[in-house]
Amino acid sequence: MSAVLDPHGHTAGDHGHDDHHGAPHGWRRWVYATNHKDIGTLYLLFAFAMLMIGGVLALLIRAELFQPGLQLVNPELFNQFTTMHGLIMVFGAIMPAFVGFANWMIPLQIGASDMAFARMNNFSFWLMIPAAAMLAGSFFMPGGAPAAGWTLYAPLTLQMGPSMDAAIFALHILGASSIMGSINIIVTILNMRAPGMTMMKMPMFVWTWLITAYLLIAVMPVLAGVITMTLTDRHFGTTFFNPAGGGDPVMFQHIFWFFGHPEVYIMILPAFGIISQIVPAFSRKRLFGYASMVYATSSIAILSFIVWAHHMYTTGMPVTGQLFFMYATMLISVPTGVKVFNWIATMWKGSMTFETPMLFAVGFIFVFTMGGFTGLILAMAPIDLQLQDGYYVVAHFHYVLVAGSLFTMFAGYYYWSPKWTGVMYNETRGKIHFWWTLISFNVTFFPMHFLGLAGMPRRYADYPMQFADFNALASVGAFAFGFAQVYFFLFVVLPTMRGKGEPAPQRPWDAAEGLEWEVPSPAPFHTFETPPKLDATATKVLAF
Amino acid sequence: MNKLFGKLNAAALMLGAWLASSAWAVNDLPGGPAVRQLNLHPAATKIAEEQAWLHWFMLIICTVIFVVVFGVMFYSIWKHRRSVGHKPATFHESVKVEIAWTIVPFVIVILMALPATKAVVASKDTSNADLTIKATGYQWKWGYDYIKGEGEGIGFVSTLDNEHREMSNNGAKGVDIDNYLLKVDNPLVVPVDKKVRIITTANDVIHAFAVPAFGIKQDAIPGFVRDTWFRAERTGDFYGQCQELCGKEHAYMPIHVKVVSAPDYAIWVQDQQKKMAAKLDDPSKVWALDDLVKRGEKVYAANCVACHQPTGKGAGPIKALDGAAVVLDADNTKQIRILLNGQNNGSMPAWKQLSDTDLAAVISYTKNNWSNKTGQLVQPAEVKAAR
Repeated sequence: MSAVLDPHGHTAGDHGHDDHHGAPHGWRRWVYATNHKDIGTLYLLFAFAMLMIGGVLALLIRAELFQPGLQLVNPELFNQFTTMHGLIMVFGAIMPAFVGFANWMIPLQIGASDMAFARMNNFSFWLMIPAAAMLAGSFFMPGGAPAAGWTLYAPLTLQMGPSMDAAIFALHILGASSIMGSINIIVTILNMRAPGMTMMKMPMFVWTWLITAYLLIAVMPVLAGVITMTLTDRHFGTTFFNPAGGGDPVMFQHIFWFFGHPEVYIMILPAFGIISQIVPAFSRKRLFGYASMVYATSSIAILSFIVWAHHMYTTGMPVTGQLFFMYATMLISVPTGVKVFNWIATMWKGSMTFETPMLFAVGFIFVFTMGGFTGLILAMAPIDLQLQDGYYVVAHFHYVLVAGSLFTMFAGYYYWSPKWTGVMYNETRGKIHFWWTLISFNVTFFPMHFLGLAGMPRRYADYPMQFADFNALASVGAFAFGFAQVYFFLFVVLPTMRGKGEPAPQRPWDAAEGLEWEVPSPAPFHTFETPPKLDATATKVLAF
Repeated sequence: MNKLFGKLNAAALMLGAWLASSAWAVNDLPGGPAVRQLNLHPAATKIAEEQAWLHWFMLIICTVIFVVVFGVMFYSIWKHRRSVGHKPATFHESVKVEIAWTIVPFVIVILMALPATKAVVASKDTSNADLTIKATGYQWKWGYDYIKGEGEGIGFVSTLDNEHREMSNNGAKGVDIDNYLLKVDNPLVVPVDKKVRIITTANDVIHAFAVPAFGIKQDAIPGFVRDTWFRAERTGDFYGQCQELCGKEHAYMPIHVKVVSAPDYAIWVQDQQKKMAAKLDDPSKVWALDDLVKRGEKVYAANCVACHQPTGKGAGPIKALDGAAVVLDADNTKQIRILLNGQNNGSMPAWKQLSDTDLAAVISYTKNNWSNKTGQLVQPAEVKAAR
């Protein structure tokens, strides 16, 4: 590992602490981190820590719902759990984890020396720590954590205690962090690609993140706006959402979901990117329909802006509104279907092997598609009247967010960790982790479809006796799923972080393509300090 | 590995055995959920029937596509493995195929949308109703007002049976009643085969009025009115629950609709009108302490006990009434004002929908119960004056 050299000829004086020698040591390495790899690691560890906190909340929910009746918590605390589980998983776990992947992989994949704004990168990570502490710490504020659901619907938010303000502040900070991260990613991708890597030669992960970053910049300010309106309603006498002063509670939902639906794609598009890298690598065949993948991703992103009110069929929209949002939503299944078909066509007549990354990728395609189909069913307004705000919806979005986003992150971890850590993970343990996760996931969430069809509403601390068996089953599955992730960290991640395991070769996967496999394992502290000369496909380095 | 699988096997067996001998001796609730119900409720209206049909229609199409697509994938996984010596092909593009699998799903989606459109239009047509009822969501109960049609003028509040709420608090141990959390004091009564329009609104936060067997779900939004409708095709009891998170007692505000024949409905309406006439309290009546406290006990049990508890001690953020300065204060107007306007941003809701007599009774009750022995008496006239 060498000192930070400055390939772009900035004066050394700008670099204060790190222009001396060697990689920074001890806490300074992390607190003052400007290296994209270190920041990527920080993001991933932070996201995993939040995943555990959110997971514990989920298990508390499932423990309470194991049997009818209130055994562990009162309904007030239960609502705090569901709210904080949602907020922490969305804003603390999934979004930062993908930013972690972006930090690690985008510069490596496009042959850049680092992210464009290294210090802003540091800032956007460290902003999240106080925000997350404030969010998680809201449990200890008077009145407890916010209990209005992660969707923060007005006017229930107007009844919340001071922790609501803390949560709003935390979301503002997390939003600012996301916007900075997105700007960084866009600038890096547009300006720092190695010569010869044209846009249409970029790896799919880079493409999907470019589109995701634009989505983030478009919608995070909308979220900031709507929660600021909530804040002023609470404290400064405005009545945006308070009907007593002429406000409109439904307007909150429109603005929130104008953010919220693109947000859904923010959490899944990078996942599509990771899968589009892994499937070709283990099928030993080029990605089928690269161009159509790019177009499909863009279409999904554009359509995501005109479907938001399908979350609101039961608010009482005019019939034309309901029909418009129904048609637009069903339309999204077309580009999503194209992606699934492309992945399968990539596998078709390949020469497949099933190491853990591929297992998670195939598991993703299989289970995510189930979530896609339930999404199509929910998109039908008449059926949604039965299912809205019930457990079918809970099942649906966990199929796309857990089996979708989380599975691909595991796939991505297994795929890239040899490059990150320099050692191979333990393949047997990886496989145990995969099957354990896949089975317990389905045991947890599949019965929820039945609960939803039978009419069990979500966010209920207690339920009629007839729902007892499926709830018990889901709770058993949830605990198994939770322990699988602890196993993953202790027995897969931790050993590789400590460097235990077989040394990883530069190319651990014989058919994986891309510039990240052109640097040694583990990737040196600084890579591509001078722009590499690429071959015609922009997947190989001819000369550094 | 073998050992591990053995253990997993044993665990799965135990789980299966435990599920089969399920500890809950509960039966299906007609009009409500069935034990381990797998699909939508049996439909009691045309709309719900159509929804059930659409759901099957979608489920079958999706399952067929799923089986075909993943049949192809698993065939490929089976045949095109390196371990069976398959050599990778080199194709990676085909405009024709790409166009085909964009157009075909597009056509399928249009075919799906056609029947759905019909159902949307039908479910939105609330015109020409025989009976119009306003359902108002309160934290945490439903208020029903018969606005137009037979029974016009009837109005009452429907609350979860407090015994059920207490069972829930006690962990529902040994409870095996079929309508757990669905039993209310006053069900909504409607005639069979009549178009009933439900207007929803709310008093505090958003609630949602839903009855799965009727295929209706409509948010009740404070400050706004929305509507939906149903025409029940058979008599019987039908159940639903609030479907929009509305605060801590969200799980405890069920909906019970009793569908009765036209003659039964007429009898019920007469009955209600008589009762209402009898109940109509004269707010200027002067009450004796004992009578008022007795009445207050009932009002407390129906409205206050869920939060303030039977002991009057409250719980967590809920303030105690027992020994509270406001309750003991000789100035009655302080407590009256809190009941009329609410407190703490609505954590203590406003109760102005209750009658003057009910409010006077419940205040008198809290002033003379538990350790509160003030002997003070609040007359309905005082409440009326404070409104």
